[in-house]
Amino acid sequence: MANVKEIIAHRVAQELKDGYVVNLGIGLPTLVANYVPEGMEVHLQSENGIIGMGGVVSEEEADKNVVNSGGVNVNVHPHAAFFDSATSFGIIRGGHVDMTVLGALQVDQEGNIASHIIPGKMVPGMGGAMDLVVGAKKVVVAMTHTNKGKPKLFEKISLPATALKAVDMIVTEMGVIEVTDRGFELRELAPGVTVDDIKAATAAPIIVEGEIKEMCMPAE
Amino acid sequence: MRDKFITAKEAAAMIPDGASVMVGGFMANGTPESIMDALVERNAKDLTVMCNDGGFGPVFDEEGKEVVGPKGNGKLIKNHSVKKLIATHIGLNKQVAEQMNNGSLDVTLIPQGSMVEMIRAGGAGLGGVLTPTGVGTDVAEGKDVITVDGKEYLLEKPLHADFAVLRGNIVDRKGNVFYKGTTKNFQVAMATAADTVIVEAEKIVEIGELDPDYVMTPFIFVDYIVVEGDK
Repeated sequence: MANVKEIIAHRVAQELKDGYVVNLGIGLPTLVANYVPEGMEVHLQSENGIIGMGGVVSEEEADKNVVNSGGVNVNVHPHAAFFDSATSFGIIRGGHVDMTVLGALQVDQEGNIASHIIPGKMVPGMGGAMDLVVGAKKVVVAMTHTNKGKPKLFEKISLPATALKAVDMIVTEMGVIEVTDRGFELRELAPGVTVDDIKAATAAPIIVEGEIKEMCMPAE
Repeated sequence: MRDKFITAKEAAAMIPDGASVMVGGFMANGTPESIMDALVERNAKDLTVMCNDGGFGPVFDEEGKEVVGPKGNGKLIKNHSVKKLIATHIGLNKQVAEQMNNGSLDVTLIPQGSMVEMIRAGGAGLGGVLTPTGVGTDVAEGKDVITVDGKEYLLEKPLHADFAVLRGNIVDRKGNVFYKGTTKNFQVAMATAADTVIVEAEKIVEIGELDPDYVMTPFIFVDYIVVEGDK
């Protein structure tokens, strides 16, 4: 049985399309790269200056001049390109990134997202996250539905915003929710999860209309 | 032709306490380590550092003994050489948070895409940049919001520094620079936005050996060259 992170990453990967330029955040979102559908070419963008990023490599096989945005050595595809940060964020803000996947502390029904700070507790800085959620064509939040039982989806975020009206879709181990002008709209439920379950784990109304599909799971 | 070559020690001596310094690199990838070492060696103080991040802090074992030293800007942080840090991300160096919390280090955080454009503006004679990033967030506090064709943007003002310390993989004797892989990062912009620019070179080549088509920082921006490891 796949673990929760794998289930979420696998489902997010179903949103990819051939030729997409994609930026994956650190942590769970990085796993999405493991589930790119076969035959599909997806171009991973790294905000420190890569299009066509490959995967993490050991120190021995690494070119020490090539790292990902976490400072870890990676390799690149033969067709890859390197550029400076101004070009990289031109790509990001300019709408040339088709999809970004990131985690969040809170998301609300207007698509406002808080992902970069808990005042007095966790102040790592926003890095490239603010630019990514503002600039990417599609913003997918990939996270566990709750934080050890405490909701992460709200009517209104209470932590400082990373961006307003930015999130398009939320994928959790419980299901798939789209953020529309009407609020949170349920699209899919994971096997064994009921509408009541997901409503109980969400601190905002969820609109349930039309066909609710079963969320696909990774192959065993 | 004026010789641009100096040692790392001479570079550090040139940068006075209290100076503002742009430090090239992204998580120490592209940071001039010999110049970082020399600044620590001369115990530089009260610097205002502009860098993407806080570099890597030292790694300690269970008994609190340092087993891996700091890297990049983390060397300056560990030595308490920095009074003010302007950066985009500090989460990978605990010492930044420690010094920030005990009040010895003042940290200003800026979105990454905004910071590089602010540096570019500082070097390109622009009065600032208009970006949608940060609108409606804490980043917008105290900043002008300007509406263009119905869309709101923040006015982010230029950044300029007394010094920029950078690292190139190939530098010719005139000062033309080639940055390999992901080491271009903030360095291309920083080279244009400081009064005095010092580039540490992994490899020095003769004039003509670096094809003009591959020059990423033209020699006119570079005031001094330090050969990597030339203490």
